[in-house]
Amino acid sequence: MIGWDAVEVFYAGRRALGPVSLAVGDGDWVGLIGPNGAGKSTMLKTAVGLVEHTGVVGLREEGPIAGHDIAWMPQRPAMPEQMGVADYVMLGRSPHIGYLGREGRRDREAVEAALAKLDLVDIAHRPLGTLSGGEAQRAVLARALAQGAPVLLLDEPTANLDIGHAIEVLEVIDELRLSERLTVVTAIHDLTLAGRFCQRLALLADGVIMAEGAPSRVLVEEILRPHYGDSVRVIRDAEGPTVVPGRRRH
Amino acid sequence: MTTAATAKSARLRWHQVAIGLVVLLLAAGVGLTVGAAPIPAGGALMALVDGLPLIEVGHGLDRIQLRILYEIRFPRVVLGGLVGSVLAISGAAYQGVFKNPLADPYLLGVAAGAGLGATAALGSGAEPWTVAPLAFAGGLAAVFVTYSLGRSVGGRTTTSLILAGVAVAAFATAVQTYLLQRRVDTLREVYSWILGRLTTVGWDEVWTMAPYTAVAGLVLLGARRLLDVLSVGDDEARALGVKVDRVRILVVLAATLATAAAVSVSGLIGFVGIIVPHIIRLAFGWSYRVILPLSMIFGAVFMMSADVVARTLLSPAELPIGVVTAFLGAPFFVLVLRTSRVPR
Repeated sequence: MIGWDAVEVFYAGRRALGPVSLAVGDGDWVGLIGPNGAGKSTMLKTAVGLVEHTGVVGLREEGPIAGHDIAWMPQRPAMPEQMGVADYVMLGRSPHIGYLGREGRRDREAVEAALAKLDLVDIAHRPLGTLSGGEAQRAVLARALAQGAPVLLLDEPTANLDIGHAIEVLEVIDELRLSERLTVVTAIHDLTLAGRFCQRLALLADGVIMAEGAPSRVLVEEILRPHYGDSVRVIRDAEGPTVVPGRRRH
Repeated sequence: MTTAATAKSARLRWHQVAIGLVVLLLAAGVGLTVGAAPIPAGGALMALVDGLPLIEVGHGLDRIQLRILYEIRFPRVVLGGLVGSVLAISGAAYQGVFKNPLADPYLLGVAAGAGLGATAALGSGAEPWTVAPLAFAGGLAAVFVTYSLGRSVGGRTTTSLILAGVAVAAFATAVQTYLLQRRVDTLREVYSWILGRLTTVGWDEVWTMAPYTAVAGLVLLGARRLLDVLSVGDDEARALGVKVDRVRILVVLAATLATAAAVSVSGLIGFVGIIVPHIIRLAFGWSYRVILPLSMIFGAVFMMSADVVARTLLSPAELPIGVVTAFLGAPFFVLVLRTSRVPR
């Protein structure tokens, strides 16, 4: 599990986040939704120590958080063009290798397993620069998986993907979550996809969690409209809530 | 189940090192036999073998030839190798740590700062051992100013860092010239040193250089996997458990120490730190695990070869070796500038 307890972030004296509190149980998938600049990325970054914050972010009560505990992937991961897929995935093993050490058999096995799991074995030697958007995102997930951390924080994992590839990637994340018992927190813009895949949603606006709960309880027009505008509509059917844009009548 | 997928991953292969060492021996052989005084190659080789303990072979060289071989050529070749290898590995390390393909001890102003420090030591008539530490202090100050200036002006773009380096180098050179003009008596000696030279008699410079080479080489080679991790950016590297600032400081300290030592024995020899790592990169790929060790070997090869050119082109006179490297390096720099696509 992972939890945020009264976490606040200030940039140059201005409050950018918080106070936010959120607990995510083992094997759960929570989606952070909210308009641009709401603080979703910042909230994820507090968990890996990339922004200074007050309050507590932790896995359990004890100990600091390290690369062993959390795999974090930014919105646009840096993907050096010439680096091969297998070498990129091996970077995920970095927390397990000593400063002056080199990777051993266990690291190579973890990389092989991650490549196999994400169907990357055939392109393991391809340079990152030649991958398609979907392949690149799978490589990113393989790196996170190779890290062997129980918690996966993903900042907009579907940002640059068409809807087909977006669904594919989210399905893969869900499979990993179930098979590896991972705890997943994703910042995600697409509200409908968020509702389909996440078990719970937290709506952030102006750095504060405005609503939290099951998708069917958060994805309602009264909650969304103050933050996304009055034209947002929610259609409900057997699949769950679908959020669609309406047009203002002129 | 370690099989195909990770087998081809980026790491140093023994055959690469073996090829490098063979080329290194060839370059050293040429360096030992070419020069103003004719020494037959076979004789030189035999004389070296004869010099090994417990081995005696005939070499046919007279006493003067032997002295030239042992007291002039041999130390010079070794010194060239050491200087070349540290300049090349420092260049590669700066490139990794600043994520900038044009970073090099010369262009970052490190060499000029070290030159200023060394000039202050030479000009004030201080003890010879103070030259290297003062060069180190000067080089460190220069790289610090360059990096802070480059960041404050334009974030971390390639051009802002290099322009900052140009400014720092110009300033250091100006101060250096001022110091020189005040002490005309040392002018000539210091100028010949500034142009870059490998002239040495005996082994003193080699012994000055060796410990710095060993320390810096070990630190930088030890950090080569971490430099690969840094290539995904500071934030991601931090999230992967790497103490980014600590690694960066350690690498910059080691590379600057090595550069300062090289500058203090051989003056300002430019472009080695760009040419060698880039050729290695083109030939053997992106990974610093490969680039750093091979840069060390081929940096030595490059410098030994450049020295042969410097000795023979105007023979019996000598061209300063810094002139030779700049002659090759400047066009190469333009080539790198044109081909490296750097995110701005």
